[in-house]
Amino acid sequence: MAKVQAKGQEFWSYLILTSWSILVLIPLWVMIVNSFKTKLAIYRSPFRLPEEWTIQGYLTVFSGSSFPRYFANSIFVTVTSIVGIILFSGLASYAIAKWKSRVASVAFLFFLAGMMVPLRIGSINLLMIVKNLGLLDRVAGLLPIYIAMGMPVGVFVLTEFIRTIPDELTQAAYIDGAGTFRIFAQIVMPLSRPAMATVAVYNLVVFWNDLWFPLIFIRSENQRTLMLGVTRLFGQYQTDWTKILATLTLATVPIVILYIITAKQFIRGLTAGAVKG
Amino acid sequence: MARKTTTETHWSWIWYLVPALAVYTLFMALPLFRSLQLSLYSGSGFQIDTFVGFDNYHRLLREGTTADRFWGAFGHTWIFFAVHMVVQNSLGLLFALLLSSRNLKGVAVYRTIIFVPATLAIVVTGFLWKLLLNPQWGAINIVLSKIGLESWVQPWLGLEGVSLVVIALVSSWQWVGIPTMIFLSALQNIPDELFEAADIDGAGRWSVFSKVKLPLIWPIMGVVMILTFTNNFNAFDAVFSMAGANGPPNYSADILGTYFYRIGIAGEHPVGIPDMGLGAAVASIIFVVLFLGVLVMRSVFRAESDQ
Repeated sequence: MAKVQAKGQEFWSYLILTSWSILVLIPLWVMIVNSFKTKLAIYRSPFRLPEEWTIQGYLTVFSGSSFPRYFANSIFVTVTSIVGIILFSGLASYAIAKWKSRVASVAFLFFLAGMMVPLRIGSINLLMIVKNLGLLDRVAGLLPIYIAMGMPVGVFVLTEFIRTIPDELTQAAYIDGAGTFRIFAQIVMPLSRPAMATVAVYNLVVFWNDLWFPLIFIRSENQRTLMLGVTRLFGQYQTDWTKILATLTLATVPIVILYIITAKQFIRGLTAGAVKG
Repeated sequence: MARKTTTETHWSWIWYLVPALAVYTLFMALPLFRSLQLSLYSGSGFQIDTFVGFDNYHRLLREGTTADRFWGAFGHTWIFFAVHMVVQNSLGLLFALLLSSRNLKGVAVYRTIIFVPATLAIVVTGFLWKLLLNPQWGAINIVLSKIGLESWVQPWLGLEGVSLVVIALVSSWQWVGIPTMIFLSALQNIPDELFEAADIDGAGRWSVFSKVKLPLIWPIMGVVMILTFTNNFNAFDAVFSMAGANGPPNYSADILGTYFYRIGIAGEHPVGIPDMGLGAAVASIIFVVLFLGVLVMRSVFRAESDQ
């Protein structure tokens, strides 16, 4: 009896989870298969595999648009910000974890306070600051903002991790004459790689996908990020679905591939960043 | 041993904190604080230097179209949040309960798929769904006609009252992976002995859920609720990419995020000149609502053990 009940329950579990999976995959399927079809074929049968494959959409994206430029800008902003966050929050977390001082604990609380507050709310003043620095309409203007935005989660995750590194390890190096910085660079940072990966993954997704800050700071064609470029698609190529879908596919594929390879790390990064303690 | 104490309390540590503190203070803490302050000022363009007290708030909450639009956006934001609370978080809990079952095969595959949309940009998913919901091409409408529901065929994003909910549903579709994973890890942390004990006591599935699982994940529900609240009270991308900055039709999908963008940054159509003081007032109200909301939710969901 109990067995039968369990079987029935399993059936429903599979039904629900499979239906949802289909609902998740359909839009992605539609995006990818139609990016290889001609416009007419898209109208005729949006769900089927193309009868005749065409890479025209991708060719126009790469030759006839600023897309490669957007792509490069997004990679630059994302990578540089992540490196900055890991470096700055790594240094700060090291001090917070090892420095027995009131200053360190106050600084920690100060960083944590930023976790629940979306920086968007400060956009008005940020616009003025970025303008005064002459960084308005510059892709580089996003860097200090993204680095600041990444500090709370970065400091939180790294501090928690560095605190678990046994004191004996750092003490031994200290007795051998290593300075605090050498201990940081040669022991603490290498040991913190899992935590650094969490921080990197979380911010990677946030920055790569961010629309708000590029939207409010950037206007010029050659300074746009990928997502800002994507928002212009609908007006620009109103009916060129093939090209639109090819662009969306290209904008998505790097993240999705990375996600599929490192799913566990990814989910940990995103939920850790989201929960923030 | 004495040397150990000197390193641990030495002031040279401050240098490790300086870069992080500097960038965080200059580009996050101060702008947030200054934006609150700016809500008390008025001016034109980037020159906001006339102190006007609470005038901006008065205009926002009381005067004419500005106030109508504000209250509209304010109400819609609550609806937007409520849809996420109900749809996204219930589905998240359901998926987590199903995925935590011992007998289920393919958990890793389902988990990976459920989480995929959360890794994508809202701009991209919003755009895709806009295509799928498009009345001309709209794959959704094609499906509806094929399964004999022609009467359901709608210009989904063109109907007042409908479009906001549709956008919130798409956004729930996108983010459901986050609550799923949070609930799932909470459920997996419940010790097996508790289930065994319940089994021996002859507890049915419902009482295992309500007496064992629910109390243990109650604090996690608080976390998920606060997260949903903070994420949706400053939502912008979903409405912007699926409907546009004006929250059409007729401002019925306008939320605080898009309203803030129009007032403070892009400028309200057709004038197109932003009023930064007023925008700062909108931002400050979002801030206050977030702050109070989180305080209330925290006290409601405080666990008995109080973590």
